[in-house]
Amino acid sequence: MGLAKRIIPCLDVTAGRVVKGINFVGLRDAGDPVEVARRYDEQGADELAFLDITASSDGRDLIVGVVEAVAAQVFIPLTVGGGVRTVDDVRRLLNAGADKVSINTAAVQDPRLVEAATARYGSQCIVVAVDAKRVPGSGAPRWEVYTHGGRRPTGLDALEWGRRMEAAGAGEILLTSMDRDGTRSGFDLELTRAYSDALSIPVIASGGVGSLDHLADGILQGRADAVLAASIFHYGEFTVRQAKEHLARRGIEVRL
Amino acid sequence: MTDVAVVDYGMGNLRSVAKAIEHVAPRLTVAVTSDAGVVVRASRVVFPGQGAMPDCMREMDARGLRQAVLEAARGKPFLGICIGLQMLFEASEEGDTPGLGLLPGRVRRFPPEKMVDAQGVRLKVPHMGWNEVRQTVPHPLWEGIPQGDRFYFVHSYFPDPASRGLTAGESVYGMAFTCAAARDNIFAVQFHPEKSHAAGLRLLANFLQWQPAARSPKRETTTTPAA
Repeated sequence: MGLAKRIIPCLDVTAGRVVKGINFVGLRDAGDPVEVARRYDEQGADELAFLDITASSDGRDLIVGVVEAVAAQVFIPLTVGGGVRTVDDVRRLLNAGADKVSINTAAVQDPRLVEAATARYGSQCIVVAVDAKRVPGSGAPRWEVYTHGGRRPTGLDALEWGRRMEAAGAGEILLTSMDRDGTRSGFDLELTRAYSDALSIPVIASGGVGSLDHLADGILQGRADAVLAASIFHYGEFTVRQAKEHLARRGIEVRL
Repeated sequence: MTDVAVVDYGMGNLRSVAKAIEHVAPRLTVAVTSDAGVVVRASRVVFPGQGAMPDCMREMDARGLRQAVLEAARGKPFLGICIGLQMLFEASEEGDTPGLGLLPGRVRRFPPEKMVDAQGVRLKVPHMGWNEVRQTVPHPLWEGIPQGDRFYFVHSYFPDPASRGLTAGESVYGMAFTCAAARDNIFAVQFHPEKSHAAGLRLLANFLQWQPAARSPKRETTTTPAA
């Protein structure tokens, strides 16, 4: 017995509200981030991830209020990402109550941002989010890093990029398969495994979860340290507790 | 007067610590403070910390807080969290940094050769997530918390006390390590009670109730756990 594998529900936030329909029975207001966070917390979520999908900078500041409100009520770790560009953005989110801040596009545009943020606030609170897409072709599988919500190719090899970010001080990698995201066909297990084997920091698998077995596969075959999912929890198909019970039946250590 | 001072030396998110304390004890006044006078006058002191220990020591000194922290740790209920635990020891391998020297022992990095689980799979560092805590001694801060309950950890270094008598809790990550240390009015934890859900809130509530006995001159006899 020892460290438990983590299940992390991910909430999309815009203009201070959680978007995507959430079907919790008895939830008065599906869009209230505090109520949603509290419900996941009650179900046994190990952490919560908030992704700011606000397009405009006006709406951007509202995530700070969301984080403050949730952090005052829910006492599990909170990761916040989306639109983080500067060390000052990191500072504001941490001060609002985020435990970890996830950096994606801005890390590619300026890798020194990750170094500066980890030097200032410590590796434990900097997550680098990597959106990776398979490069077609024969031979050993390769993946390329995409930015801007998966719209822009960078030419960077995803594994090399992960190693660079580890060297820059990242405490954790949030790894999303662009090929699988939204497909409900399971994680890209080859990608997850390649990352987990190549890096000595924890890897969170993301993208493609459609069943509870997918979560277990990500841990057992992909060797992910944590699994992140949105839709299977949002639409009330499964609770976090059901997911954990399933992982436990497959021999995975979880916090129940 | 301040009931609880959370020592702020500019390292990390202290809002969570303060909010968790306010949540379990809404009637107490909680100050997140870098004012040495407030720390010295508070009834109880929480000493948190995040990031790297060399930076934490430097920032604490830059704010002139060392004496206040030492004084608090010698006399009143004192809770160290994460780097706030590590700083109480004599030194850390992280940047070869001297600590406050209140507790004998050193802070070490998880050794790479031990970072393998029972199935032979490599363990990642930082040790991040929910791990079981075995309470090695009865203590008022463990009151009502089930043996082996999980707490949230995120760290790459751990305390290695010079005396077994200092250890109040242990966890296993490739190896057993001390995750809670206690002596007299000091209780210090490597995990984050403010992020550890019900168990963590209970530990904080216990801390706020805790009336440590006056420090005994015969320390050995008072801190050696009943085997």
